[in-house]
Amino acid sequence: MRYLPLTDTDRAAMLDVIGAPSIDALFADVPADLYLDKPIEGLPLHASEMAVERHMRALSKQNLAAADAPFFLGAGAYRHHVPASVDHLIQRGEFLTAYTPYQPEIAQGTLQMLFEFQSQVARLFGCAVANASMYDGSTACWEAITMAGRVTKRRKAILSCGLHPHYVSTAQTMARFEGHGIDYALPTLTAETDFAALADKVDGETGCVVVQYPDILGRIGDMTALADACHAAGALLVAVVTEPVALGALKSPGEMGADIVVGEGQALGVGLQFGGPYLGLFAVRDPRHVRQMPGRLCGETVDAEGKRGFVLTLSTREQHIRREKATSNICTNAGLCALAFSVHMTLLGEKGLRALAAENHRLACLAADRLAQVPGVTALNEAFFNEFTLVVPCDARQLVRDMAGKGVLGGVSLGKFYPDGQGRENSLVVAVTETVTAEDIECLAATLQECLA
Amino acid sequence: MNAPNMSGWKPGTPQAPEGSDGVHTVTGNRGLMLEEPLVFEIGNTETTGVDFPSPLTLAGGAGGGPDTGSGSTPTADSSRVREGNRLGGLDRSESFGLPGLSEPETVRHYTRLSRQNYAIDCGIFPLGSCTMKHNPRLNEKVARMPGFSDLHPLQPESTVQGALGVIDELAHWLVSLTGMAGVAMSPKAGAHGELCGILTIRAALEARGDARQVILVPESAHGTNPATAAFAGYAVENIPATAEGRVDLAALEARLGPDVAAVMITNPNTCGLFEREMKAISDAVHAAGAFVYCDGANFNAVVGRVRPGDLGVDAMHINLHKTFSTPHGGGGPGSGPVVLSEALMPFAPLPFVRKTDAGFDLIEEEDDAAAPQSFGRMAAFHGQMGMFTRALAYILSHGADGLRQVSGDAVLNANYILRRCEDVLDAPFGATGPCMHEALFSDAGFAEGVATLDLAKALIDEGFHPMTMYFPLVVHGAMLVEPTECESKATLDQFIMALRSIAERARAGDESLHQAPQLAPRRRLDETLAARRPVLAWEG
Repeated sequence: MRYLPLTDTDRAAMLDVIGAPSIDALFADVPADLYLDKPIEGLPLHASEMAVERHMRALSKQNLAAADAPFFLGAGAYRHHVPASVDHLIQRGEFLTAYTPYQPEIAQGTLQMLFEFQSQVARLFGCAVANASMYDGSTACWEAITMAGRVTKRRKAILSCGLHPHYVSTAQTMARFEGHGIDYALPTLTAETDFAALADKVDGETGCVVVQYPDILGRIGDMTALADACHAAGALLVAVVTEPVALGALKSPGEMGADIVVGEGQALGVGLQFGGPYLGLFAVRDPRHVRQMPGRLCGETVDAEGKRGFVLTLSTREQHIRREKATSNICTNAGLCALAFSVHMTLLGEKGLRALAAENHRLACLAADRLAQVPGVTALNEAFFNEFTLVVPCDARQLVRDMAGKGVLGGVSLGKFYPDGQGRENSLVVAVTETVTAEDIECLAATLQECLA
Repeated sequence: MNAPNMSGWKPGTPQAPEGSDGVHTVTGNRGLMLEEPLVFEIGNTETTGVDFPSPLTLAGGAGGGPDTGSGSTPTADSSRVREGNRLGGLDRSESFGLPGLSEPETVRHYTRLSRQNYAIDCGIFPLGSCTMKHNPRLNEKVARMPGFSDLHPLQPESTVQGALGVIDELAHWLVSLTGMAGVAMSPKAGAHGELCGILTIRAALEARGDARQVILVPESAHGTNPATAAFAGYAVENIPATAEGRVDLAALEARLGPDVAAVMITNPNTCGLFEREMKAISDAVHAAGAFVYCDGANFNAVVGRVRPGDLGVDAMHINLHKTFSTPHGGGGPGSGPVVLSEALMPFAPLPFVRKTDAGFDLIEEEDDAAAPQSFGRMAAFHGQMGMFTRALAYILSHGADGLRQVSGDAVLNANYILRRCEDVLDAPFGATGPCMHEALFSDAGFAEGVATLDLAKALIDEGFHPMTMYFPLVVHGAMLVEPTECESKATLDQFIMALRSIAERARAGDESLHQAPQLAPRRRLDETLAARRPVLAWEG
């Protein structure tokens, strides 16, 4: 077995030192009637590297990879080009096979990277402090709601209709168990966000309002007035960003007064990976809120010789110290995904991120105009970044399947999320990133037309 | 409450003091040990390591169409682009100070940082409870096959049958290895899996109209256990351990009652011992109408040798990043599927994969008729697919026979360390019999003033990552050593030699231990300062 270094000679010598007759004897505490003295039947035995690779490749070939089709899916996961050096660097064994930096003297690589990551995220979001990452955007969103509950001592959250439906489901599940109130209504197909209506709903019971920017329909809105309304009522504004590339073009939520900004960092460096692992981003605008934050935080300090160094800090918030009184039960972060994000951000820099965002928006504008020319199709959005909603004259769930049958991955049907027969299923959310070509746009337009005919 | 320092305070410039070898350098570098500034100190907002074919600026909101490029990229009819951008007047006009580096500088920056890390690839990483085993590179290759890595989670099911097949195949292995009825694959890490298990239990109790409020947790449990129970809305009560380091069955039975929803047990436990009376514990818990949650962090010790389902467990998370070798990545991402008993399966979270004659279906919210009792969704999408492919490649490599050898060798290695060190390091439960995959020592016998921390830091100077320190909490100055099955006898012998030598210094009261580490990229770091004046972001 290629991953096991001990030889039978080693095993015999070690058992001799231990004074045990066999490895089985070391399991004497396991009840004899439940002990398995041979490999579990019905399961395959060990296999060579080549055989495993062959098996996995066969499975992978039963999938249609995004690169092999005109591809327009978004809705919370975005396909961007990841520079080759990102994947090379995250496979450095010193990053890939390290653990949580509990021994900071020999983990400065991971710690400095996390400090840089936190700084990059804070600047991107227009915030003061970001943590060292969470599982993903949806869980970070729920953590933001609970944090707002701790800060305001209020347990009601108002969710925008434009919040990603999986994030809504996650929050509803958790709120039911934890006794939070959730105020949420399904979206209506309008060009405007619901930010103004949300401002009217904020009251003295409200702990936070949660908006997404850009939202699930691709809409963008100014949240300044909503932030003011929240603050006037003693509530916090939580902004969710599922497409961080947008902030290379759009004003940050922090600049508009959002108190907690969370997001999904997958779009930068991480890749699609069929939904995970992804990267939860979590930041606060007001540094006084730091001690209510969940998750790991990396901070700067000095060593015994006065040299700058980094450590995990403020851990009295965390489960391994506080146990049942912790701010969250989270233990791990998404360290390697944070590294991928950070390397990609470093390669881009502000100049590159702005260029990337501009390219996305330019192509999305081209696509929106072209697709709106398809008979029966109208574009919903007036303002958008790289994703917009098309209203189509049929159930888009079937349309998406029909297009896939023709080799085109043409968007996400809202009916997948809102299957209630109220008209939302006649809409298709289309994302256009820098990976899309003019030919892809033409192909999507032609395929849409064909499928709608 | 101190707010983090936002004033731009920075510690003084290092003076590049002489090293213990008496060599002075002007750069602060010491041969291959290189100092690396922050990216904020070496990058700038005008540099980028990425080229774009067309516009480097975004047209303003008023007038001027988005630049359609100089012909090197898309040519979709640009005459139809309306004037101006469509950002709704929300253009980001101010610089936000994000530094960039060219590609060679980027590669060098992160490569230099990486060299300040210890990692499994560098040597033994005997961190108890963490199962730091070798991460096979085949797993990385497989996870990067475009048919897995380049799939969107919302693609039509017909285009992702192979991915759903991976989930189903891995699920079959996990269910077979644990003897359970089914598995929830979506939890994103161990603690998230704990939450999944506890919410499943709560949903099952609510379904029978039973509003139990308390979860019992042994004193030796991982911190995530009580935190999870609290996060799920339960009151937490501790149950004591016996002098032998195991759950006190009598105390547990005495506390069980109609208010107890579940007991969370780690088995093997965090003292490195198998809970001999697990079956009796489960029977007592079930008789009281409660459920048994097992923390599966230590499954590596028993995989292929005993099935938790046979021990009466109702729910157990499996850390794919421990037992099944997916990389720890400097602290994640993890993956924590939860195996469930027959009684709990109807309440498992969404989504899940269902096999039909026609292939695989993904059951989500829109199919709620197929899962009427599910407690709902606990994260977006379908789980840590990138970890599933890696774990499956690992499991297939070992097979049923290899996995049984994994637990055997892991336990053999731990017992070898235990027996070769127990004359110089106090092993509080060494006399009770063999340990499982972790050897537990305490600081009893150290000279006054010498602590577990000193021993751990001295191991760094010897070129080893220390063991887990001060955990479990039930043992004073605990040192929990988990070698895993991936270490050769030669590596263990060298580690043991170093550990024995330092232990003897600790017993003798060697003051120089307080100075360790002296040969690492940094000396001991001032954690008090970091917490008192938090600097959590670059302020330059």
